[in-house]
Amino acid sequence: MTPKLTRRRFIKSVIFFGAAASSGAGFYLASAAAQRPAGGVERLVSLNVNGRTRRVDVMPQETLAHTLRYKLGLTGTKLGCNRGECGACTVTVDDVTNYACSTLTHSVKGRQVVTVEGLRAADGTLHAVQQAFIDELSPQCGFCTPGQIMSAVALLKTNPRPTREEARQALSGNLCRCGAYDHYLNGVMRASGQLS
Amino acid sequence: MTYKHIGKNFTPPDIEAKVTGAARYAEDFKREGMVFARLLTSPLPAGRIVNIDYSEALAMEGVVGILTTEDLPQPAPPANPSLASDIITYIGQPILAVAAVTEEIAENAIEKIRIDFERRPFIVDPLDTLVEGGPNPYPTGNTLVRNAGEAAAGTTVSGTDVGEVKWSRDAINAFRAGQVPEGAPFPEEWAFGELEAEFAQCTTIVEEPFVTIGQPHHALEPRTGMAYWENGRCYFHGSLQSHTIGIAPLAGMLGIDPANLVFINENTGGGFGGKIFPYPVMAVTGHLARKINRPVQLRITREEEFYIGSARSGMQGRMKLGLKPNGDVGAVDVIIVGDAGSGGGASNSSAAEHISLMLQPAAMRFRGVTLYTNTTPRGAQRGPGQNEMAAVLAPIFDKAIRQAGLDRMTVRRQNAPVSEDLIGPRRGALTSAFFPQAIQMGADMFNWDERQARSGQRNGNKVTGIGLGMGYHSAGASGYDGLCRIGTDGRLYLHTGVGNLGTYSYASVVRTAAEVLKVDWNNCEIVRGNTDLHLPYSTYQAGSNTMFTEVRTNFVAAQDALRKLKEIAAADLGGAADDYEIDGARVFLSSNAEQGMTYAEAAQRAVEMGGEYSGETFPDELNDVTKRSVQGLAGTGLIGVAKDTRHSGTVPSMTIGFMEIELDLGTGKYDIVDYTAVADCGTIIHPLGFRQSMNGGGVWGVGLSGYERHVYDPQNGLSANVGLYQAKIPTYLDVPLNNNTAGLNIADPQSPMGSRGVGEPSQGCAAAALSSAISDALGGHLFNRAPVTPDMIINHVAQLDHFNTGDLKTNTF
Repeated sequence: MTPKLTRRRFIKSVIFFGAAASSGAGFYLASAAAQRPAGGVERLVSLNVNGRTRRVDVMPQETLAHTLRYKLGLTGTKLGCNRGECGACTVTVDDVTNYACSTLTHSVKGRQVVTVEGLRAADGTLHAVQQAFIDELSPQCGFCTPGQIMSAVALLKTNPRPTREEARQALSGNLCRCGAYDHYLNGVMRASGQLS
Repeated sequence: MTYKHIGKNFTPPDIEAKVTGAARYAEDFKREGMVFARLLTSPLPAGRIVNIDYSEALAMEGVVGILTTEDLPQPAPPANPSLASDIITYIGQPILAVAAVTEEIAENAIEKIRIDFERRPFIVDPLDTLVEGGPNPYPTGNTLVRNAGEAAAGTTVSGTDVGEVKWSRDAINAFRAGQVPEGAPFPEEWAFGELEAEFAQCTTIVEEPFVTIGQPHHALEPRTGMAYWENGRCYFHGSLQSHTIGIAPLAGMLGIDPANLVFINENTGGGFGGKIFPYPVMAVTGHLARKINRPVQLRITREEEFYIGSARSGMQGRMKLGLKPNGDVGAVDVIIVGDAGSGGGASNSSAAEHISLMLQPAAMRFRGVTLYTNTTPRGAQRGPGQNEMAAVLAPIFDKAIRQAGLDRMTVRRQNAPVSEDLIGPRRGALTSAFFPQAIQMGADMFNWDERQARSGQRNGNKVTGIGLGMGYHSAGASGYDGLCRIGTDGRLYLHTGVGNLGTYSYASVVRTAAEVLKVDWNNCEIVRGNTDLHLPYSTYQAGSNTMFTEVRTNFVAAQDALRKLKEIAAADLGGAADDYEIDGARVFLSSNAEQGMTYAEAAQRAVEMGGEYSGETFPDELNDVTKRSVQGLAGTGLIGVAKDTRHSGTVPSMTIGFMEIELDLGTGKYDIVDYTAVADCGTIIHPLGFRQSMNGGGVWGVGLSGYERHVYDPQNGLSANVGLYQAKIPTYLDVPLNNNTAGLNIADPQSPMGSRGVGEPSQGCAAAALSSAISDALGGHLFNRAPVTPDMIINHVAQLDHFNTGDLKTNTF
């Protein structure tokens, strides 16, 4: 293992951390990390995800998408491109949308990370956006849906009654190959109480 | 007719999991001891492997196995192999796979592998191999030869071979210049009517070249798979848009009996034709897992999707179209050179068939050539052939109508097909068609007369364009199996093997059985997604097929259950089966509703009676997949199972789209101000699902005509776009803020509930409407191609018209 973290190694690692996906992988990744020289970032970190503090072994170049999916089991965060193009991995960090595939996990220490799994109320009630998306039959294949939901949730936090135009601008970083845009926008308008 | 379920909205059972993140796709599954595979892919567009040395890679810590062509049978060209060695035909083609405990180790191991290649000449433009003396993409030739029956558009079947076809340099030069390639051979040809006689009656004739460019499928879920073996059985978590129809081909890839394959696929993150049937890389996952005896996940990256993820075929052609003085289409003569990439089939005939149905010419001739190129393998993509033809046909048809001094909507309506009309070279019948009514309905909704008056209106830099276009796809088949079960708990279990592409049609169609058996929806349960759950042999979920085909299978299964309910009641309570009827989850005597039994009681009696009632015996005509499922369910309730009969005629699904755009002459960009679309697709059995198909197809249409293209560098065969941003798909900002969609809602007589699908034509009409609107905004200018991108528009405005007819190419800039 080369002690120096080169740009090439960083990019490669970011790409592959998007997929190593089992307890076995976690073990081997940890083993590999153990060989790293001292002086890097702290590996065992506390993350606040969906209102809970989780202690996680995080590699220096690990993406938030990898940590969420493969260390915390939160597979609702999807990897459509793993390079910041599609938005399927959108989560909120301190209520602001972030592409988790392009966010280093170490950069969200001490911040509030919310994924699609963290939106339900404690009693199991769906978030207004989730319920509205069901009512409007917003998802098609569903692969982009978690990202669409997180973008909509973030929008309504800052703008509870957006216009349809504002909603489409806010969600424009989320691609939907099925082309369900119209239905997602209807969902946002319904969630904001502007469609009944 | 008043229905309990049909025509009503409902909440599909899988949608909540999609909004909570609980829905699991292939990449979300883990298995103890699972390892990760990476592909080594070809850096060359054409050649062969002379030698591979992977000893250093195999010796690396963490590497657990390597799969090469030595481990896999090699299909004869042009079948697309899972791994290639002797015949490499495109950059990105998988050569071997390395399994390791992490993906990073697998990728590092790949860098240690030494390969000696031998290059071959390659081509990316189909005309470059068609010309005499041009290189061939395969060692043995450049064109598809069908030795067996015709394959579906965009697919390859066994019985295909690689042959050679060449045109003279003069013919190629003429074709490139948009002229008829005199004397050129056409392996594909069909015709009907008296072509020359009909042209002689036409007072308006246009002759135009056209070209469309291939585009990747871009399913947002890459084709990742995970497989493991236990006790001789393969458990495969995959991503297909079909389910049980894929069992036999996938088992064949793995060399096992279909009974020993468990395929798990509850959710699929998009397919669009690219995942209809098992694809070659699935064999790599399964064989590698067996070879190393560990669960293997082979994740496919976005970039790899561009190479192995299939793509729409491009085509280059020429059309001569004649209108009679009254606006009737007299004759059409069309030539199409189709690009099949390095495997698969072009969609030439399907493209021509679109014209034969939608314009109803009195005479027509189609001549075509399918050519291979050293580009990504092609496959079916949403309305293959029909939709790209719709996009290029619309402005050409507009030109003819304008020249004739007629109205674009009126001429389309007067030529539009009705039930008595015919389609294609065989002059086949239609199950039903009411398309003139759909066009009129759309025109009324769009306010055609008022809108078209705004055509060409200027507002500063912006100019208004009004377009319209038509979409068509054959939307139904028959002969598959249906299966349902009434449990001893009284619930109705609706078994389907149709797959879950995401349109919820899998759920819409099983409601047919609930309708027939008059069961409340909350007393129904859909069983799907895992072959161990005993699923019937169902159709592929593609080609706008499900709504017609699977309504039929669920209907016959429910009819079988209904017969058994009545017979059981008659056996226990007396009288004849015909004396009984059903309602409220009871079967009872028509003359005395008190005398009857609940569905739960009838199911219990079915178990006690055995035989066909509980699935211990079943019709021999069922597919083996269904037979195994019925055997698995035997003794668990009342089984309704039957094989559908055959329908007759083409099942046409047709759409008309109207679009108003504001095109900015300063930037070449445009805003879609309004989009209105109406479908003639039979009874709408799920209104929200119908809207979703229409709107989603509309977005795809904007992509086809406005943005998406798959192009290659002709100097080295590299794809110029391997990312979503390079082969741009429409975003929220590229499509209308609101859509207006409607269905004619006239039942098809050969669907028990009257339904036909609409997924494909919903794209075609939008693509056609957009290309028509762009042309209209520019005073009828023809770009003769799809897509028409803003750079082409701005070049035209600047009077740099080399994008017009002088430089038409597919696959290259």
